[in-house]
Amino acid sequence: MQKLTTREDLERMANTIRKDIISMLLTAGSGHSAGPLDLADIATALYFNVLNTSPKQKTDPDRDRLHISCGHTAPVWYATLARAGYFPVEELKTLRKLGTRLQGHVDRLTTPGIESSAASLGQGLGIACGAAYAGVIDGKTYQTYALLSDGEHDEGSIWEAVAFAGNYKLAHLTAIIDRNNIQIDGPTETVMRKESLKEKYEAFGWHVIEIDGHNMSEIIGACNEAKAIVEQPVCIIAHTIAGKGVDFMEYQYQWHGNPPNKDQAREALKQLRSLDNKIVPSDL
Amino acid sequence: MNKNAHLLASTLYKDVPMAATRDGYGIGVVEAGTEDERVVVLCADLTESTRSQQFSNAFPKRFIEMGVAEQNMAVVATGLALNGKIPFIATYAVFSPGRNWDQIRISACYNNVHIIFIGAHAGISVGPDGATHQAMEDIALTRTLPHMTVLVPCDSEEARKAVHAAKDAKGPVYIRLGRNATPKITSEKTPFTIGKAQIFKEGNDVAIIGAGPIIHSALVAARTLAEQGISCRVINMPSIKPIDADTIEQAARDCKAVVTVEEHQIMGGVGSAIAEVIAQTYPVPMEFIGMHNSFGESGTPEELLKKYRMDAPAIEEAVRKVFKRKKT
Repeated sequence: MQKLTTREDLERMANTIRKDIISMLLTAGSGHSAGPLDLADIATALYFNVLNTSPKQKTDPDRDRLHISCGHTAPVWYATLARAGYFPVEELKTLRKLGTRLQGHVDRLTTPGIESSAASLGQGLGIACGAAYAGVIDGKTYQTYALLSDGEHDEGSIWEAVAFAGNYKLAHLTAIIDRNNIQIDGPTETVMRKESLKEKYEAFGWHVIEIDGHNMSEIIGACNEAKAIVEQPVCIIAHTIAGKGVDFMEYQYQWHGNPPNKDQAREALKQLRSLDNKIVPSDL
Repeated sequence: MNKNAHLLASTLYKDVPMAATRDGYGIGVVEAGTEDERVVVLCADLTESTRSQQFSNAFPKRFIEMGVAEQNMAVVATGLALNGKIPFIATYAVFSPGRNWDQIRISACYNNVHIIFIGAHAGISVGPDGATHQAMEDIALTRTLPHMTVLVPCDSEEARKAVHAAKDAKGPVYIRLGRNATPKITSEKTPFTIGKAQIFKEGNDVAIIGAGPIIHSALVAARTLAEQGISCRVINMPSIKPIDADTIEQAARDCKAVVTVEEHQIMGGVGSAIAEVIAQTYPVPMEFIGMHNSFGESGTPEELLKKYRMDAPAIEEAVRKVFKRKKT
C-alpha cells in the first residue's frame, strides 16, 4: 500500500474515489450513491494511512482487519481497494455485471481485500467481535475495525454485538459509524430514533469519539486515539453528509439506493473535478 | 442385521442401554478440543444443557459465553472462523438455526466459513417443554443453504463421531441432537463418513430410510414385520447433506417401496431429501413418517411419539401400506 501522509494527498485520493463511484454507478445502472460518496474520506484514510494491511498482506495473521457491515456501500470499498492496488482500476466498470468479481454487495470470496461478505444489516460488528476475540486468544495485537451505517442500528443484532464487545473489553476493536442521518425511508430520526448513540455505546462500556467524518486529520486522529485505548472498545461516530461532494445528492435520503443517470453523472463529475482545484497543500 | 454395520447386539434387548445424542457431542467436543487447539465452543446461556460444560471446564480460554444472543453467536463465530478457529456453537435448535437463520445464511454460509452448529433439543421427544422448544423445522432450514453440511446422528456414539467428522470437514456444518436418552445402536466400529448412509438391516421387500434416534424404532418395527413376512431394509442416513444418493437408489431398485422416518416436519426434511433422489432416479411408492404440518405440545416423549405417529407401530403401519402399493 502506498501510504499517504499529507492531508492534500489524502483529499485528492478521496476525490478520485468519489469520481470512480459516480462512473461505476452510471455503468452499473443500479446501486447506492449517498453512503459510498460520504464514506470516501473514511475509506481513503483507512486504506491509505490507518490500516496495517496491503494487497501483499491478505493472509498475514498480523494484518489489521476491516469488516464492512453495511454491504450496500460496496462501490466506495471497491474503488478504494482498486486504487490501493488490490485489483485493476479498470475492473470497476464490471460492478454488478454478470460474472464480475464486484458483486452488488461486498463478497469476500470474489473481491480481493474484502474481509467478510455482508448485506443483511447488523452482522458486521459481531464478525469484527469474533475477529478481535480470536486476537485475544492468540495474543495478537492487530486492530479490528467494523464499519457500520447509522441506519443499521435499528437491528437488535447490532446491540447484541455492542454488549459482547463491552462485556469482554475488546480493546483492539474499533467501530466506525457513518452517521449520515439518512436511511431508505427517510431521515434516521424520523424512521426510528437512534439518539443518543454516544450515550448508548458508553452505557455498554465503550469509549466514544465524535468526529467530522470528512476531516482527514480528525479521522486519522480518532483512529490513533482508539489504538491508544487499551481497556475498552472504541466507537468513532463519524458525522458525515450523505452524498458528500455532489450538491444535488447531499443530505437527500432519496439518493440512498439510487444511481445517477447520464446527465446527473456528468454534472456530478463536473462538480467533483472542480473540487480538485479547491484542495490546497496541507499537513495532517 | 448387517454385520458390516457393527451394531451393538444389545440394541434390540428389552433393557437396551441408553444415552442422549447431546452426551455424545459433549464427549466428542472435548476430544476434538484436546486434539486441536483451534477448536472453540460458544454457548448462548445453555452450557450444561447442551453438554458444553465439560469443554468449558477443560478449556476455559477457548469457551465463550455469549449470553442469550443466538444471532450474535453465529456472527462472532464467523469472525473467529475467518481467523483460524474452528467454532462449535451450541444452543437449542429452535434458536439456532431457528432464530439466527439470516446470520447463518449470510455470515456463515455466504462467507463459507467452517463453523459447526450444534442444534440441541431437536424433535418432538423434547417432551414436557412443549411446542416452543421442539425443533421440527431445523433440517429444512439448514439443508437449503448452499455450502452447508447437515448431520443427524442416530445415537450418542454416532454423535461423537459426527463431531470429529464435522471438525475435519470444510465449510459450515449443522449437527442435530436430541435431549433424551435414546437407545445405543452403534459401536465404536460402526463406520461414519459424511455423505454415506449405512445399511443397518438387510431386506428386500420395503426400505425404511431415515435419520436420528427414530432409526431404533425402525429396527424394532422391522423385527416385528419380519415375523409377519415383510423383509425390511433399514438404512441409517446420518448425512442428510451431502446425501448418499447411490444407497437410496439401490434401495429403491431392490425393494421397490420406501418408508422415510424422521422426528421433523415432513415438508423439507429427511423424507423430502430422499424423495428428491428417488423421484430423479427410480420412482417407487413412498410413505413418510414425521410431523404433518403441526406443532407439538407438552407430554412425555413416548406419549408424543405415539400421538404424532412417529413410533414403531406407526412405522409398521406405513410399511404395510407402502407394501400394498408396490407394483408387482
